[in-house]
Amino acid sequence: MHDIELLVNGRSCRGNVEDRTTLADFLRHELRLTGTHVGCEHGVCGACTVLVDGVSVRSCLMLAVQTRGAIVETVEGLGGPDGSPLHPLQQAFRDAHGLQCGYCTPGMLMTIVELLRENARPSESEIREAISGNICRCTGYQSIVEAVLLAVGAPSIEKSAK
Amino acid sequence: MKPPPFQYFCPDTLDEAVSLLARTQNAKVLAGGQSLIAMLNLRYVYPDALIDLNNLFDLAGIDIRPDRVRIGAMTRQHHIEQHGALFNVLPIFRVALRLVGHRQTRNRGTIGGSLCHLDPAAELPLVALLLDATIEATGPKGRRRIPATEFIAGFMTPGIGVEEIVTAIEVKPWQATHSFGFNEFARRHGDFAIASAAVQIERAPNGAIERVAIAIGGIGSVPQRFPVGEAMLMGSTGSRDIVDAVVDRCAELELVGDFHGSTDYRLSVARTMLRRSINDALAPTSGQVVSA
Repeated sequence: MHDIELLVNGRSCRGNVEDRTTLADFLRHELRLTGTHVGCEHGVCGACTVLVDGVSVRSCLMLAVQTRGAIVETVEGLGGPDGSPLHPLQQAFRDAHGLQCGYCTPGMLMTIVELLRENARPSESEIREAISGNICRCTGYQSIVEAVLLAVGAPSIEKSAK
Repeated sequence: MKPPPFQYFCPDTLDEAVSLLARTQNAKVLAGGQSLIAMLNLRYVYPDALIDLNNLFDLAGIDIRPDRVRIGAMTRQHHIEQHGALFNVLPIFRVALRLVGHRQTRNRGTIGGSLCHLDPAAELPLVALLLDATIEATGPKGRRRIPATEFIAGFMTPGIGVEEIVTAIEVKPWQATHSFGFNEFARRHGDFAIASAAVQIERAPNGAIERVAIAIGGIGSVPQRFPVGEAMLMGSTGSRDIVDAVVDRCAELELVGDFHGSTDYRLSVARTMLRRSINDALAPTSGQVVSA
């Protein structure tokens, strides 16, 4: 077992973790931050994406013990306290129907947060490339891309095609 | 879908890591973890110990000199992809890396990890083979330099000893005027390729090809150089007839079929990828332009 201390969504957290505990399981089971979803658990689906020291990672492919001293951001940190008000990106997902079942959404959001920090006005193709590692089985991606365009104040796909 | 139990070590120095690896039974070295932790979760592997290299900061970094480029084994794939000076010298790295997994995995994944995992369809081992890279491994007896052809020992088998850790990769820059092509076909962006082809050439002022390297991935048990094709292109201007003839010789490469694709299918895809990469290399405007 290892004692770890890390910053999660701006709050200092401590844990005592088994060597083999993944970051995803630590967040969900120990910190009870169940917004981070676990889909495939082998790094394919992207649902468990969180930011570690500012960059997106698959939390199922990182060990909790490796985040000692790290700054971790999860979907719970996006909105205000108790999730309200929503983060502008979350609001855009809601307004543009960027989710149906919502399983992939936390991973989508964290991936796009990283994208927008680097590029405040991504093109449609840049958005599609950014989320290429996140699988959504409901929306067909179109409305997710629309949500990001809405969030950054860009014209929707249909309008820009005209 | 949880890793089996193991003991986790996180040494602060390379010496400590090497000594831990030498004295620990059934230990695996953990680099970026983008393949190894997935394999642990799937319980394909049962190591008794993991030796994490993520605290060995000296193993990360890119050093470019006129006669060689050295990339530390723990350099993240994303860092290599974004490195402007490396792009100026060997742009093929960026083009290949855009095809490696996804942003989230490139943020963690390392070049050393990718080389050691040695998936036959992986892009970085293919580039290492294409560029005649030298892989540096460090073990209890010190450092050793291994040519890429020797390092690629067999299916997912790096040519290093059980007590050795890959610490760097070195490649020699080509002429500034070189050109290249890198094409692959995968079912989904970021997946391992059904077939991939990398070509790099240097041409004389009269257009004749005076240096050429071809490497093909995905179709066999390991990434393969294609010396027959290289010899055919050498000295030519890469006319359509020559390119056709080179592509036809692809059938001589080692081919392995699996449920992702039969040998016939992989050969067919490889031929197309090779043709595209040769043509990209011959027309540098399309071969070297990297979209944003």
